[in-house]
Amino acid sequence: MPDLLVELLSEEIPARMQTKAAADLKRLVTDGLVEAGLTYAAAGAEVTPRRLCLSIEGLLAESPMRREERKGPRVDAPDKALDGFLRSTGLAKEDLEARETPKGAVWFATLETPGRPAAEIVAEVLEATLRTFPWPKSMRWGSGTLRWVRPLESVLCLLSDEAGGAVVPLEIEGIASGDTTVGHRFMAPARFAVTGFEDYEAKLKRAHVMLRAAERAAAIWGDVSTQAFARGLTPVEDPGLLEEVAGLVEWPVVLLGEIDAAFLGLPPEVLRTSMKEHQKFFALKAKDGRITHFATVANIEAPDDGATILSGNRKVLAARLADAKFFWENDLRVAKDGMGAWQATLDTVTFHGRLGSQGDRVRRIAALARQIAPAVGADPQWAEAAARIAKADLASEMVYEFPELQGVMGAYYAEAAGHPAEVAAVAREHYHPLGPSDRAPRAALSVAVALADKIDTLTGFWAIDERPTGSKDPFALRRAALGVIRLVLENALRLDLDRYIDIGLVRHKARLVDPLEAGEVEELIDEIADHGVFGGAFRTILQKRDSAVSKGMETLADEVPDKSDALLAFLHDRLKVHFREEGIRHDVIDAVLAMPGSDDLVLVENRARALDAFLGSEDGVNLVQGFKRANNILTQAEAADGVEYSYGADPKFAETGEEKALFAALDAARAALGPAMEAEDFAAAMAAMAALRAPIDAFFEAVQVNVDNGPLRRNRLNLLHDIRTICGQVADLTRLEG
Amino acid sequence: MASAVSKPTSFQEILLRLQTYWASRGCAIMQPYDMEVGAGTFHPATTLRSLGPKPWAAAYVQPSRRPTDGRYGDNPNRLQHYYQFQVVIKPSPPDFQALYLGSLEAIGIEMGLHDIRFVEDDWESPTLGAWGLGWEVWCDGMEVSQFTYFQQVGGHDCRPVTGELTYGLERLAMYVLGVDHVMEMPFNDPQSGIALSYGDVFRQTEEEYSRWNFDIADTEVVLRHFEDAERAVETILSHPQTDPKTGRHIVMAHPAYDQCIKASHLFNLLDARGVISPTERQAYIGRVRTLAKACADAYLETEAGRG
Repeated sequence: MPDLLVELLSEEIPARMQTKAAADLKRLVTDGLVEAGLTYAAAGAEVTPRRLCLSIEGLLAESPMRREERKGPRVDAPDKALDGFLRSTGLAKEDLEARETPKGAVWFATLETPGRPAAEIVAEVLEATLRTFPWPKSMRWGSGTLRWVRPLESVLCLLSDEAGGAVVPLEIEGIASGDTTVGHRFMAPARFAVTGFEDYEAKLKRAHVMLRAAERAAAIWGDVSTQAFARGLTPVEDPGLLEEVAGLVEWPVVLLGEIDAAFLGLPPEVLRTSMKEHQKFFALKAKDGRITHFATVANIEAPDDGATILSGNRKVLAARLADAKFFWENDLRVAKDGMGAWQATLDTVTFHGRLGSQGDRVRRIAALARQIAPAVGADPQWAEAAARIAKADLASEMVYEFPELQGVMGAYYAEAAGHPAEVAAVAREHYHPLGPSDRAPRAALSVAVALADKIDTLTGFWAIDERPTGSKDPFALRRAALGVIRLVLENALRLDLDRYIDIGLVRHKARLVDPLEAGEVEELIDEIADHGVFGGAFRTILQKRDSAVSKGMETLADEVPDKSDALLAFLHDRLKVHFREEGIRHDVIDAVLAMPGSDDLVLVENRARALDAFLGSEDGVNLVQGFKRANNILTQAEAADGVEYSYGADPKFAETGEEKALFAALDAARAALGPAMEAEDFAAAMAAMAALRAPIDAFFEAVQVNVDNGPLRRNRLNLLHDIRTICGQVADLTRLEG
Repeated sequence: MASAVSKPTSFQEILLRLQTYWASRGCAIMQPYDMEVGAGTFHPATTLRSLGPKPWAAAYVQPSRRPTDGRYGDNPNRLQHYYQFQVVIKPSPPDFQALYLGSLEAIGIEMGLHDIRFVEDDWESPTLGAWGLGWEVWCDGMEVSQFTYFQQVGGHDCRPVTGELTYGLERLAMYVLGVDHVMEMPFNDPQSGIALSYGDVFRQTEEEYSRWNFDIADTEVVLRHFEDAERAVETILSHPQTDPKTGRHIVMAHPAYDQCIKASHLFNLLDARGVISPTERQAYIGRVRTLAKACADAYLETEAGRG
């Protein structure tokens, strides 16, 4: 069985697109081949900056013949029907077979599609792949119409077996396929022929091309580490940079250089970011932990062992770091002056067209941080001040140049401005958690500002109806929501989020509606801070007033509650995703979210974990069944009778032992439940409910609820209501599946 | 590999060698456009000629002005007035990369000794309604050129595609000549009787223009001129295509485009003066783009544009 080798040689492919392109090539070609009946044993794809390569082993030499039977018109049907059938099958009348069927004699046609040689199919599939390749961005060149990531130079397409290789003939955009390729652009540019994948990979290596990205990455990291070790240095790991650099070279040559002493006073984050972003350099640390050297990866072995290349790179680095040093020194000057210039600048920078300037945003966050502070154990005044300081670096020159250093620079500048270390730390910490592997901050001040920042963002975009849809989340609102959830849960914060969501929404909406009277918004926010929810706050204000509230206030009253509900629902959705990753069933969360206080996420989590553990036990599963049975009977009776059976059951009507036992069990459960719920010990509460399992089962076994005796029936329904009430303390069990 | 080319000794020698190289590869050597522009791309030999089906090959130096980059002649690398060397070929030749690398050898960069890379860099000019894909070319870690395959100009698809090269001449020359401060770079032959440095030629003008750009240029006048230029484009293009005097079909695409260039530069000047807020900025860019599109539309009605 033959092997297939494909190489698409082009001008330089952007590093960030290479890995996916290799996977796409493999997928599109193998799917196409299998679709046409050509199966294979194994397939692999490789990529370098200039070539996409696909190797398939054990391909069928030709596709199997296909037989297909088609039913036509009845033999006695009009000629017109038969003509149509002959046209559609491409057969003559004598090729048809008449068969008796229950509906009479019917024409049948047998269509045979002969097998086709692999080369023919490969050519078709490859051409289709070339014409429809899903590059993130593609282009035309010259006078052609083909779109590719950059101009395509040559196509190698070779089928080979023991007998030798044969080019699969195909032509695209004036490029005829062949069995040749070229080596390294500068070190081995001549064309050469290959006979199969092994030969191809071996000859490429002689021509200074390492075909496999993983091999290039390993070679780079190995060389960086060895050379660093020889000089007593340690490389700073950066897997993303390593992958990118491996996509920029076909023949990696690592060169180590020293950073000019004039720049060693820069913060390590600045050195590393500047070197990485501008030059794709790895940073190397000396024994004392300072970054003192860099490693650059060239694409060529030069006769002077890279001395020219290294000196050029050092020169460029010096120019870049001179810029960074200039920014750093200017910024320090502003910081030591108290950062006033930055605060003023932030007022002139737009955060979002409808959400005001960065200055507006910082003031909102500071005010909200002040309000959140008591609930998270932080000092309100410090929290407000820390929020202002934490965002000041957004106006600094360094963060303008390297936005990813926001917060990191803020901490340096806050220290330079003479703020205490815990305030400076807020600048760095309040952006976290940034991803699943990143921890949420712990320090109370950082938590207050981090929550205020994220809630301000969420309420802002909710206020202007810019919510994430499908895969589109341009303002990273899902991440902000998950950030709120993790800050609350990981710090076990008992917060009524509703309160802060309402305050945030009012602050944003107040900018967007008019007219408002002076002081109205502040009054409303103060009331929310007291009452906890918008509705109560608004009613209080109405009661205090003699005159009507302004038009703007009415708009707020119309819009804020709905938006607040929608945002809490969004947080709940993210919470479900978060819990699902921890293995908690979605219906468990639904059951818990149906309970009051669902804006207290710690309460939600405690309930969910207790319920989840409970459902893992046999008692738990059975109790839920018993509860559902009781609830169903009760719900049906209530619907039929039009009353709610919540008068309390009277034990004196109990007839059987099972009934009496249930009364006793419910009393015992009630007694145990009270203190457990008081202490929010949901595990104990569920244990108290679990004790009901046997009495409930026994009750249903022995007792009929819907009896003819009216008072008896009503008493039993009221008894079921007690079950419903007791079992509904931790979660709404009706929402559980199964 | 061909024997090493001798090293150039001055800024102008590098410029002359590039001209000679591209002339020998069939490019028409044009002269700078006689208007203030922010980049060589604005020269009608690039923008307008990249439209329509007619083949085209040209190379030229273009003095370029970036008012915001002025540093009074003090910064070793930054200038408010500098030179770009521009090459445009339509359709882009299949060996465009090799031709480009040949030009680097011609100015004394030995391919075997240096690390040349093509690093992804897509180009977009919001004011010209233009974009293309390509790379910035690195030599030993330094960006020495922009390499672009034009996909759209003035909102029109480029068919065929123009390949464009832009060399930042001062930076490239400083590297080749091993000079650390632009003002110290030999401008003419350092052995000549009157040896001139780049600073001898340009330091004073950098100072004068920095002051003028940043503090003196009368923004109200500049704004008025911007609006005049904007109106002029519309007026020029509103005339009937048939000239009543000669009876010929004459679409005045180039005169209109001159006004578009003017508007674009005046916008840069206003930007340097810091009188344009971020929101207004987008609006101004949109206004210039509208002009560029109108000129591109008009050019496609001309003989050169229709082909």
